[in-house]
Amino acid sequence: MAFDSLSEKLQNVFKNLRRKGRLTEEDVKAALKEVKLALLEADVNFKVVKNFVKSVQERAVGSDVMNGLNPGQMVIKIVNEEMVKLMGSETTEIALKPGIAITVIMMAGLQGAGKTTTTAKIAGKLKQKGKKPLLAACDVYRPAAIAQLQTNGEKQGVEVFSMGDSHKPVNIAKAAVEHASKNGFNVVILDTAGRLHIDEEMMDELIEIKEQVDVSQTILVVDSMTGQDAVNVASTFEEKIGIDGVVLTKLDGDTRGGAALSIRAVTGKPILYIGMGEKLSDLEQFYPDRMASRILGMGDVLTLIEKA
Amino acid sequence: AKTRKNIVSGFESVFSGFSRIDDDFYEELEEILIMGDIGVRATEEILDSLKEKVKENKIKDPADCKELLIDSIKEQMNVGDTAYRFEDEKSVVLIIGVNGVGKTTTVGKLAGKLKSQNKKVIMAAADTFRAAAGEQLHEWANRAGVDIVGGQDGADPAAVVFDAVQAAKARKADVLLCDTAGRLHNKKNLMEELKKINRILEKEYPEAYRETLVVLDATTGQNALVQAKQFSEAAEITGIVLTKMDGTAKGGIAVAIHSELGIPVKYIGVGETIDDLQKFDADQFVDALFDTQTEE
Ligand SMILES: Nc1nc2c(ncn2[C@@H]2O[C@H](COP(=O)(O)OP(=O)(O)OP(=O)(O)O)[C@@H](O)[C@H]2O)c(=O)[nH]1
Ligand SMILES: Nc1nc2c(ncn2[C@@H]2O[C@H](COP(=O)(O)OP(=O)(O)OP(=O)(O)O)[C@@H](O)[C@H]2O)c(=O)[nH]1
Ligand SMILES: [Mg+2]
Ligand SMILES: [Mg+2]
Repeated sequence: MAFDSLSEKLQNVFKNLRRKGRLTEEDVKAALKEVKLALLEADVNFKVVKNFVKSVQERAVGSDVMNGLNPGQMVIKIVNEEMVKLMGSETTEIALKPGIAITVIMMAGLQGAGKTTTTAKIAGKLKQKGKKPLLAACDVYRPAAIAQLQTNGEKQGVEVFSMGDSHKPVNIAKAAVEHASKNGFNVVILDTAGRLHIDEEMMDELIEIKEQVDVSQTILVVDSMTGQDAVNVASTFEEKIGIDGVVLTKLDGDTRGGAALSIRAVTGKPILYIGMGEKLSDLEQFYPDRMASRILGMGDVLTLIEKA
Repeated sequence: AKTRKNIVSGFESVFSGFSRIDDDFYEELEEILIMGDIGVRATEEILDSLKEKVKENKIKDPADCKELLIDSIKEQMNVGDTAYRFEDEKSVVLIIGVNGVGKTTTVGKLAGKLKSQNKKVIMAAADTFRAAAGEQLHEWANRAGVDIVGGQDGADPAAVVFDAVQAAKARKADVLLCDTAGRLHNKKNLMEELKKINRILEKEYPEAYRETLVVLDATTGQNALVQAKQFSEAAEITGIVLTKMDGTAKGGIAVAIHSELGIPVKYIGVGETIDDLQKFDADQFVDALFDTQTEE
């Protein structure tokens, strides 16, 4: 792939610069040009890249080059730090209500992002923690969406609440919460249909659910292969419905996953989990620093820097 | 169904908003192309060739660049005369792609389209892995009013394809449409499975015209290029279906794929109903690429 050579490119840029001292504006500009390209190749949004590079530039010019690093590596060190900071410096968990109080989690996102699969994955995680989750089949549109959730629920040993496909999702959600409170469930996860952020009618459906059901966590599920449009999607879901966290799916692929950075930058919401496969156990904790180095695509350089 | 709105004014404003062809103008174009997911490299190539032509033809007015730029991308994205031959031949269409891009839905839409041309269509439900994949395709077979073979959870996908070929022969089908499981291109075993399916088709159905379509989600960024590359190593790709073009993503990566791999986009998906599949129209695609309205 084109970007494998980023670290090489940077080494090249700084081949002749062995001197120490402060980073000059020239040093920084040369390095950041390569960083900018790397971020764009990784699908970080163009505008996010521009802002990011600008703020790194401001911080980097004039700072001291640490012992053991060349100026290029020093810039990368700063880039990496800033990225981790932007990504959210620590891991975040889904906020759950204590005891028998019911936490309602609503899944939302574009078509095919991985909502139904992630719903079942999260249920498994919560079950392990001693919670009693109920899955609610609120996708009444996609062919066999309910059957898909039921199959997944069965695999996880978690009950699925369904009223077929002839009721409104908001009514199914309400009935599910009622069923939960009567039967001792303390988490209800609503699997909703995939929808475009510009589809007013479908977005209203989620707003209605939030108005009529006490949703405590709305989770946006995003395909990690998403390109430049990730900012449009995430910011529209945030504006119209309000989201509390993000799950990034399909990171078992070889995408650099720049969408993660874009989404963080425009919504400020934490990334909670990452999907690492189709199996229902393939849901992992999100680590901002690992994601940052994946997006930058230069693990080797970073290791070097960490040793410095 | 929603179809993509082409706001001509947005497109025009890029070119009429500048009075001179200068660095700012090129920078604006660069931004638009990259924001459309065309990618850094393809964008550079496009702009370099534009700059050359501007010089050659001594063009001064940004508005005149418009034609040049559009024409070069359109020319590049040209589908070719034989693109839809499979629709009129005894054929087998293999639909492949990564997870969740719209393969099964596209099979359903294609079936509907062919059925309305009075073709005898059979579907092969060779996704035996994903939860309720068979049920989903069955629903599409019902909607389109066509036959379906397979769909048993856990069955060997290659065996399903084998059975479907026998059924297609016996029932004298015009077109056999094979749905397959979503698979990430970096998973060796899944790509091997795909090669096996491909071999079955080669061996068992040599008389059929082969069409192999990779389905790409228009929302996908640079990774789509890697996907297309890897899939073409497992099977001979004849075209791309670009789905979810009813969203705000531009699907620009298709331009990079076409220029690097020569694979044309043949269809676009513009919604979730059976009628939401259109033949690719390069003019419309390029116009939409420069429609910056939604970005604001
Ligand atoms: N490789 C991989 N595949 C995944 C992951 N998460 C989900 N998938 C697959 O992605 C595809 C779509 O997943 P779904 O859960 O059906 O997505 P969805 O968002 O519910 O889709 P709609 O309901 O149609 O909008 C399926 O093939 C899943 O198996 C992941 O982390 N890795
Ligand atoms: N808006 C829109 N949605 C689409 C389009 N094509 C497919 N979808 C939706 O995308 C989601 C995934 O579609 P599928 O056909 O199940 O995708 P797939 O590639 O078969 O998925 P897997 O088999 O799980 O890998 C569904 O919710 C479809 O309704 C399209 O052109 N536009
Ligand atoms: Mg779903
Ligand atoms: Mg499918």
